[in-house]
Amino acid sequence: MEKRYGSLVALRGVTLAFGAGEFVALLGPNGAGKSTLLKMAALLVQPTSGKVEFPERAGAARESVKSSVGMVAHSTMLYDEMSAAENLLFFARLYDLDQPQRRTAAALDSCGLPDRAGDLVRTFSRGMRQRLAIARALIHSPSLLLLDEPAAGLDRQGIAWLADTLAERHRAGCTILMSTHGRDDSIASVTRAVTLSGGRLGADSGAGGDPRAMLSAVPVEG
Amino acid sequence: MRTERAVAILLGKELRAELRSRELLQTTLIFALIVVVLFSFAFDPTAAESRRFGPGLLWIAFLFAGTLMLNPSFAREQANDTLQALRMAPISAFALLLGKILANFLFLLTAELVLLPVFAVLYNVAILPVVGRLLLVIVLGTLGVVVTGTVFAALASQARMRELLLPLLLLPVLAPLLIASVEATASLLNDEPVLDPTWTVFLAAFDVVFFTASWLLCEHLMEG
Repeated sequence: MEKRYGSLVALRGVTLAFGAGEFVALLGPNGAGKSTLLKMAALLVQPTSGKVEFPERAGAARESVKSSVGMVAHSTMLYDEMSAAENLLFFARLYDLDQPQRRTAAALDSCGLPDRAGDLVRTFSRGMRQRLAIARALIHSPSLLLLDEPAAGLDRQGIAWLADTLAERHRAGCTILMSTHGRDDSIASVTRAVTLSGGRLGADSGAGGDPRAMLSAVPVEG
Repeated sequence: MRTERAVAILLGKELRAELRSRELLQTTLIFALIVVVLFSFAFDPTAAESRRFGPGLLWIAFLFAGTLMLNPSFAREQANDTLQALRMAPISAFALLLGKILANFLFLLTAELVLLPVFAVLYNVAILPVVGRLLLVIVLGTLGVVVTGTVFAALASQARMRELLLPLLLLPVLAPLLIASVEATASLLNDEPVLDPTWTVFLAAFDVVFFTASWLLCEHLMEG
């Protein structure tokens, strides 16, 4: 795939295949093309050339593919003027989930914000917003989870919660692509590491390979 | 998910957000009132002049108010990239656009309905005998403003200086609609009010054409 924004080439000649159930860490400095790659996988950005394919859902409607993808981006993708519960309930309904109220309550419990359910998101700290953003991305139990530096804004306790949540989703068979440029607990369950640099594909530990050497080269976060 | 259910969920979110902040309705209404009152002071029109110039002033106030209201409809989805979250949801691009169109239509129509009696008093125009037909013209005209404006607001939301870009794009396109709305309204404010079907048919056709165009182009519009 290639992605150009005017004269800027964000990604060039990147070919990657991920298997179901892999937990992939996308590594690389700022501007390496990690976020662009994740947005392409989320069908938010069209590649300038090449394409994103979901072989397990070949021939399925675009809406069906989208219902199996969850994303945590740099922004929270939350409405500041709505409460935590209203935000989650809105997205639960938009994803046509059964018992959206129950799913909302469960999501608030899981991210540790049940006591703040009725509070407006704009009153939340950065860490609380990030927890809620992660809960929003997970509310429909996606089979592909795309995370763009999900530990940003989380304190040590929040990162531990994120690591546990990701490990649990991974055990449940969810495919996870997570960009990171810092080493923290959230990469504990990673099964594959891929490096991007200047929009090009660098090293790839490969499916079934050992990502530890690549991960250990990542600087410790904080 | 069925389009109408997605639209209902999105419309509910828009209404909830507006009822909580009231920023669109209040701003638009105050702006439109200022325009109508200022015109009234500037011209101090007689009854005959009001019937002649009033419809034009009224629709210019509606149009400016609409432009002001439409700008934030997509722009405020940029704050936390919530538009991306909506685009990722398993709903059609048309449902997303239609939810915005309906919300904008309700907001602008509400502002217009509040403004109408003020206009009638300030310009000494009798609207009660023609209120049904006048509402038909207002609904058709407002629908045209909102459908076209929401599409252009979606386009402009990606651009820098979007506040300036929207009126520059929108107002020339809405010129035929403005003429038809003014002529239809003027025909109702005459001494012998008769709604000219030419203008109502023109307004309905304008709405249908731009609504169809928005349906055909919505996938492209919502792409990043």
